[in-house]
Amino acid sequence: MSRYELRFSGAGGQGLITAGIIMAKAASIYEGKQAVQSQSYGPEARGGASKSEVIISDGPIDYPKVTQCDALLAMTQEAANKYSHDLKEGGVLLIDSDLVKVIPAGNFKTVAFPIINTAKTEVGREIVANIVALGAMVALTGQVTRENAEKAVLSSVPEAFIELNRKAFSMGYEKALEASA
Amino acid sequence: MSKKVAFLQGNEAAAQGALYAGCNFFGGYPITPSTEVAEVMSVELPKIGGKFIQMEDEIGAMAVILGAALAGSKVLTSTSGPGLSLKQELIGYGCIAEIPCVIYNVMRGGPSTGMPTGPSQSDVMCAKWGTHGDHPAICLTPASVQETYEEVIRAFNLSEKYRTPVMVMPDEIVAHMRERIVFPEKGEIEVVPRKAPTVEPAQYKPYDTSYGDVPPLASFGSGYRFHVTGLNKMQDGFPTTKAEVVQAEEERQVRKVDANIDDIVTFEEYLLDDAEVVVVAYGSTSRSARYAVNAAREQGIKAGMFRIKTFWPFPDKQIKALATKTKGFIIPEMNLGMCALELERCVQGKAPVLGIFRVDGEPINPDQIVEKIKEVK
Repeated sequence: MSRYELRFSGAGGQGLITAGIIMAKAASIYEGKQAVQSQSYGPEARGGASKSEVIISDGPIDYPKVTQCDALLAMTQEAANKYSHDLKEGGVLLIDSDLVKVIPAGNFKTVAFPIINTAKTEVGREIVANIVALGAMVALTGQVTRENAEKAVLSSVPEAFIELNRKAFSMGYEKALEASA
Repeated sequence: MSKKVAFLQGNEAAAQGALYAGCNFFGGYPITPSTEVAEVMSVELPKIGGKFIQMEDEIGAMAVILGAALAGSKVLTSTSGPGLSLKQELIGYGCIAEIPCVIYNVMRGGPSTGMPTGPSQSDVMCAKWGTHGDHPAICLTPASVQETYEEVIRAFNLSEKYRTPVMVMPDEIVAHMRERIVFPEKGEIEVVPRKAPTVEPAQYKPYDTSYGDVPPLASFGSGYRFHVTGLNKMQDGFPTTKAEVVQAEEERQVRKVDANIDDIVTFEEYLLDDAEVVVVAYGSTSRSARYAVNAAREQGIKAGMFRIKTFWPFPDKQIKALATKTKGFIIPEMNLGMCALELERCVQGKAPVLGIFRVDGEPINPDQIVEKIKEVK
């Protein structure tokens, strides 16, 4: 049975748990697949290590955590160092090129672009960096269609921020395709 | 019409399940990793004319739900280990005064404040032995978001049917995990109403055993006068030290659960027909176990899983039956061997019981279980 494992990692406050939730929602509510999202984080509300894991499958999902990661997002150097060890051969690593300077070695594809800076300067708000990252992960993993992922994003954000998030998602999607080409 | 679906967290599903079961009163004190239950109830209860109250502490929260239940409400509190410890005195009160209520406890690391954001399964003994004295105990351990929703409904039903506190204890992984949930239609899942008195108020006794082991419960303030106490009591609720009354009443209270084990105990048997190695698991750990059993089968090992859905009362009968035809049991749990002791009690030395115990805040991964399965010869 197909089992695809994603991990969104970085620091508390970067919105990575939300990004994971939206990815899983896209798969399970809009794509007709099954998905489980889980997370682990420290006692801090901000800072500290944070990760959100998503398993996507065509059938029932038993173990809800990552066993061998297919796709990893690392938004800090610490996360890149800590979580790239179980990245599969042929898997994909997405990093913020401004924050992850030492790229972990391994038999996987690394895609890098300045995620937070893209949110800040091109979308206009740093707070949507997680949605930029999500757009990129959707493009790189191919587990859900762009349309379904966008639906999941738009149904998860407040009315007033729909356009901002739509732009962030598209920007992330396009940038990832460019960066991985 | 297609059913309503949502992508929810275990805790959110628990709150929705409580609402489906008719819960109209929540009293609590916020604590990681259970706070989302209180959050949802604080938004939803006022909409349906229910009451939400955040108390000054956990025992206060236990007190307020007992009072509300006696006044006719269907009640819920939610907490985690440290809060469960603080509630214990009044959980015993709920047992002896026979007050229906549901206690939703998310298991995090312990003892004491332990590891607030880490998962654990180390409160399962506290569910039975946390409050002193002989008393009935019912504790459900769901393993998915959908099951958390359904088990909270079942907890309300059991608490009404047997007039006793019922606990639902997901571990932090199940409580914070998100999955798709399909909501049942109204009426699709049975909701058990409270057994009300049929006699005139003047004839009413709150512990009248002529109605069987579970006497009808009037709502306080509805004209039925009765006395409630934590002391051993007579049928009218007033205290007694009369030996034969105390003995009979204590036995009846415990019998409410013991004589109805087959009605209460639920479990899942996975690939057990030809299994030589049986992994016994509950909560999120059972999800690792299912993965491991499948992996072991692929390697030609006849493994199966007995999944405990109702932790208390313990499925003695089923484990005893398995013990006669199993080469070995594996028990993975996020504590230092709590369920393992119950297993050993039931297996009675007929097969080895091998434990995998983790209290480091990390889930038990399937590989660990596969390796242990291979140790059974």
